[in-house]
Amino acid sequence: MKKLLTLALAVLLAVGVTTFVANFSVAKADEKVEPATPVAVAKENIKVGFIFLHDESSTYDLNFIEAARAAAKSIGLNDNQVILRTNVEEGDACYDTAAELADQGCNVIFADSFGHESYMIKAAKEYTNVQFYHATGTRAHTENVANYHNAFAAIYEGRYLAGIAAGMKLNEMIAAEKFTAAEAKMGYVGAFPYAEVVSGYTSFYLGAKSVCPTVTMEVRYTNSWYDLNAEKATAEALIANGCKLISQHADSLGAPSACEEKKVPNVSYNGSTKATGPNTYIVSSKINWEPYMKMIIQASIDGTAIPYDWTGTIATGSVQILELNNAVAAEGTQAAIDAAIEKFEAGTLHVFDTSKFTVKGETLTSYLADVDDLGDFVGETEVIKDGYFHESEFRSAPYFDLRIDGITEVTDTPQNESKGCGGIVGAPAVFGLIALGFVALNKKRNIR
Amino acid sequence: MGFIDHKEKTVREPLFQIIKRDKDAIKLWKAILIRAIAIFGAFIVISILAWTMMKIDPITFISKMFDGVFGFSTSSNRRIWITVRNLAILLCFAVALAPAFKMKFWNIGAEGQVLMGGLACAACMYYLGGVIPDALVWVIMIVAGILTGIIWAVIPAIFKAFWNTNETLFTLMMNYVAIQLVKFFTDIWVKDGSGTLTTRHLHNIKLPEIGNAYLLPVIVVATLTILMFVYLKYSKHGYELSVVGESENTAKYIGVNVKKVIIRTMALSGAICGIAGILLVGGINGTVNTSTAGGQGFTGIIVAWLGKFNPIYMVLTAFLLVFLNRGTVALNLTNNAFSNIITGIVIFIVLGCEFFIVYKIKLHKKSKHDSTKSNNFISDKSAVTDAQKEET
Repeated sequence: MKKLLTLALAVLLAVGVTTFVANFSVAKADEKVEPATPVAVAKENIKVGFIFLHDESSTYDLNFIEAARAAAKSIGLNDNQVILRTNVEEGDACYDTAAELADQGCNVIFADSFGHESYMIKAAKEYTNVQFYHATGTRAHTENVANYHNAFAAIYEGRYLAGIAAGMKLNEMIAAEKFTAAEAKMGYVGAFPYAEVVSGYTSFYLGAKSVCPTVTMEVRYTNSWYDLNAEKATAEALIANGCKLISQHADSLGAPSACEEKKVPNVSYNGSTKATGPNTYIVSSKINWEPYMKMIIQASIDGTAIPYDWTGTIATGSVQILELNNAVAAEGTQAAIDAAIEKFEAGTLHVFDTSKFTVKGETLTSYLADVDDLGDFVGETEVIKDGYFHESEFRSAPYFDLRIDGITEVTDTPQNESKGCGGIVGAPAVFGLIALGFVALNKKRNIR
Repeated sequence: MGFIDHKEKTVREPLFQIIKRDKDAIKLWKAILIRAIAIFGAFIVISILAWTMMKIDPITFISKMFDGVFGFSTSSNRRIWITVRNLAILLCFAVALAPAFKMKFWNIGAEGQVLMGGLACAACMYYLGGVIPDALVWVIMIVAGILTGIIWAVIPAIFKAFWNTNETLFTLMMNYVAIQLVKFFTDIWVKDGSGTLTTRHLHNIKLPEIGNAYLLPVIVVATLTILMFVYLKYSKHGYELSVVGESENTAKYIGVNVKKVIIRTMALSGAICGIAGILLVGGINGTVNTSTAGGQGFTGIIVAWLGKFNPIYMVLTAFLLVFLNRGTVALNLTNNAFSNIITGIVIFIVLGCEFFIVYKIKLHKKSKHDSTKSNNFISDKSAVTDAQKEET
């Protein structure tokens, strides 16, 4: 027993001491490799493999699965040419699956979840004549692996449009004297305090603010991408805290169903939730992956290169505004959305226009974002130019992580610096408990 | 069927009688035959289901299943390797559970014990990676992983030994604590807020490969399986724990320190779970998340039960489950409900066939005179519990 305890303490000590040693830096690769040009494969011989995190019971994966089927159909591939792999964990299972797909003769392999990235890169390095594509990833533009690509969409534009619909609904409720303009507060159920979510809710808020200037917003996190109960409970907490309208960035129907129960309008994401909330659903935005999937399959048929990092837009059909529920939406919403789309296409409207928001009371003129994502968490790219924050231009995955005024973020997770301490305090606590257990054990024995 | 309606005046002969077999009465070839028939029958049932529900004809269905497991259609032998590696990992869970279950300590906390072992391993990778040489990190993370697995298993064991708490609930709850701890540390370590711990956060540390990427877990688990077989069958410890499982009072009477045996056995169980965690986190995935154990802590129980807590039999039962899991993947379905259904059906039928190994069915020839027995549904009321004992 004593030996065991000593060993435990020794390990603890070693861990404790080394924690204080500073982080080591990651060396930057300096030579730039161009994206690979695939060898053209006849349409009849091409094989495409898709890797999904869950099966179709998750709205997130369903969106990808439907896009994959639609893309294959529109190109004219038969069932044997499309291999769909669901429930692929964000672990070595992703590498195994990708490698298996390559062994089966796939020319194009696509994965849909953020956590798949490092395993896709590993497979891409091994199978150099197969093209690998990964949605929501951040590393392709710095990794220099010629056959590995990332993609995302400028969904912040879609969120902005959905925000306009939300703001107009608030205006309607203010006009109907349901609450005052000062009380116009929206609630937002977020998954994680991650740039993708922050960028999404900020653009949503700015869209609402563009039509309802007094609006404020409260954001709460579930710390999970898919957790029906947590999302529902969080939406209910926001409503109880005075939020008049709810939107969300999470994959379940938790928030829409809470809204329907409490009769609070809801702006949805990833797909229409009109069936869940016929009396509360206003509008939804989503990323349509079909154009990208069509493009990557076609590229391998034609033998053309795809950029490392591709951002879908409204123009490419990747950013979509889904059915507007006229029973709930304010009058003139469709016209306002259409007008904004025109401005986006003309390049006269920018979501993150620095004259439209402040950070700690100040208008920003410069911001360094961590675009390269080398694991250093240090911003290195100037992203504010020409009076607006250039989102999804330096890489497809969002990097807008500013907390702007008017939005309150409620988070119950420990913040950055104190976080490290948590681990150091936690470990001895656990070991202490165990030691106590051993002492109790020994005492008992002595008594006997 | 076998029941007799007592209200009837004329006593009728039951159609058949279910009799418990004497211990070891069944011949080995018969037992094997019964199981083979069950597995064959199960495959017929699931083939019919696939045909009617999913419109996959039986030949395609079976050949695709085999292809998914062995990879006949692919250019490399990677699939066999993945199958063998998955088998090794599932077996590792089952081997860890076997001694505890044989002691009738219902440890359903393997999931949590493995996660904690993996988390400790990840903690070493996170804090020590890049600071000290990788080889040293390997040593420390192996020690830390095993220790943490032991700790997570010994806590409920201590409570069981001294205060007779319910170990089923306790170990189950410990799973949830472990899952939340993994979430907590992921939040601490992942500074970009994505909630996804990548291999890069853990400094890309990985246990060395032996031969190829799949062999290391196979070797480790094969060794553990043999050692566990010897431990349970030939060692004094193994004998003691099976006595504790049969009857605590008997154990006390013959001078076995029951508390010590409970804690020692669970420590062993936890240590092997810790090893599984190290293999998963340090050897295979290079990262940890809440689904690292992937429900195998529970599947492992089925494997151990079906294998009658004999590590060698468990290889076969683990293979059956891995076969179903890997085989259904090749069916190209986007809804995993069907694969869960057929796995459930196969397990049900295979478990069910054990009935015919423990009991014998005696068909009666029609005769009007024999009325000695009126209710023969199960001739021995305590047969079920006896059957369990016999198995151990």
